[in-house]
Amino acid sequence: MVTQVPFLFSLWYSLTDWTIVPPSPREFVGFDNYTSFFDNQFFREAVWTSILMTVFSVLLSVVFGTLLAILLDRKFFGQGFVRTLLITPFLIMPVVAGLIWNTQMFNSSFGVINWLLDAVGFERIEFVTRFPLASIVIVLVWQWTPFMMLISLAGLQGQDSSVLEAARVDGASSRAIFFEITLPALRPYLELGTLLGSIYLIQVFDHVDVITGGGPGSTNVPYFVYQRSIGGGWQFGQASAYSIVVVIASIIIANFGLRVLSNLLEGEAAA
Amino acid sequence: MRDNTGAIVGGSRVKSTLLGLMTWAIALIIFFPVFWMVLNGFKEEADANTNPKLFFDPTTAQFDEVTSNPAGLLGFGEAFSNSFWAVGISTILVLVLAIPAAYSLSIKPVAKWRDVLFFFISTKFLPVVAAILPLWIIARDLELLNTRLILIILYTAMNLPLAVWMLRSFFAEVPKELVEASQIDGANLRGQITSVILPIVAPGLAATALLCVIFAWNEFFLAVQLNPVDGSTVPIWVTSNVSTRGNFLAKLSAASVLATLPVVLAGWAAQKRMIRGLAMGAIK
Repeated sequence: MVTQVPFLFSLWYSLTDWTIVPPSPREFVGFDNYTSFFDNQFFREAVWTSILMTVFSVLLSVVFGTLLAILLDRKFFGQGFVRTLLITPFLIMPVVAGLIWNTQMFNSSFGVINWLLDAVGFERIEFVTRFPLASIVIVLVWQWTPFMMLISLAGLQGQDSSVLEAARVDGASSRAIFFEITLPALRPYLELGTLLGSIYLIQVFDHVDVITGGGPGSTNVPYFVYQRSIGGGWQFGQASAYSIVVVIASIIIANFGLRVLSNLLEGEAAA
Repeated sequence: MRDNTGAIVGGSRVKSTLLGLMTWAIALIIFFPVFWMVLNGFKEEADANTNPKLFFDPTTAQFDEVTSNPAGLLGFGEAFSNSFWAVGISTILVLVLAIPAAYSLSIKPVAKWRDVLFFFISTKFLPVVAAILPLWIIARDLELLNTRLILIILYTAMNLPLAVWMLRSFFAEVPKELVEASQIDGANLRGQITSVILPIVAPGLAATALLCVIFAWNEFFLAVQLNPVDGSTVPIWVTSNVSTRGNFLAKLSAASVLATLPVVLAGWAAQKRMIRGLAMGAIK
């Protein structure tokens, strides 16, 4: 309820011309807010940025997370300790992650990455200024890879070892075992990870705020709506219209998501 | 943990050792930013704001400075107690509300329990940013802006769907016969839940609670939009250590260490349960 009631308010506000600062009376303007922003270049850019940010960070963290899970799912010295190191980024507060990467890794004068580049003879790069989107995606992937790793790890550990044993006895190559047995078994876990990751990553705000502050090329839709409303624009009518678009997009994604969930439940019922 | 070495990478011992070393190397690289943050927290500003230094005279001066109350600004103690109450009470509320919900979705499924579960989860698909304007207006009209109460309400709402979802799957693992047996023995609903079900799902409950704590403790967007003046939480306090004048890297690092420590320690302690809680629980 707490999220659904505000949504109805949003729907109403989106049909009005309502600017809080300077205060102006709320006027009903029908669909003007909607027609005006389809040709708003900044909004289109924000949508594109959101898509790139979500797709890249989800895909990369799923791939890296799965690879790490495979590496971790073997006996080796210090396994538990290594797993502890690997899950840490997920536990770090997003604001802290953004600030630490921004000031101590990417930074062109004191950052560790630039110091390394310098040491091996390359030029220092202003990462955040030159590649704002990539910088944010790197931090997001850093934080979400451990999450995907945990999910894949649970999938790998739930595997039936007798099936693997049987395949090996039958002389299946390890590559075949991986692609024919392990990966299909992991599929529901990977779908779940992708779904949860997408829900959270499409809403990224903290990282954008502390890394670029919405600089060129890094404003995603959540940050855009924020800028237009309580972040300084105070155009509540228009900002509401933007958030309605966000909701419609979410419903489309959610539909896909619910289908995935439904498959998971079907699987449970069958099992 | 099972040994899957053979299955995934094929035989030889050398190869296995190399893969172990590679895993170590990757883990150290991934952990490096955290290590560096801790290291910088123990530096003087002069040592932090220069070319990266591995060796220096460690000092706790920055920790003293960030925890002492700066005049007129958000203090360390204030932010931590705000966070503590908002996170603590909302997590307890989430569990109190989610346990009966999970019960009625798994052990004694209500009619159309699938639709109910989907409704719970679907609320999670609405981006907070789409709700923030009306939330802000409602909070302003109810005079809840800059109070702990608004964060407690919102954090409860934010974590509830995930908690119901996870708990449902843990509850589903409770053997039906056990519940039925206790019913025959004349246990009422409360007795059933407290003496039969809860002991079995305790690890799942802990994992769920931990996840709620992590998400609530780290939450920044709602806190900064609704509580920028009073009732500010730890994430806001961390960002207040960024200054546009003078050096702040060491101070920021020290503050970050303090801010992340509770959740990182809790996560480390409960990592095995989290693996179960995050995925096994979510799928089974």
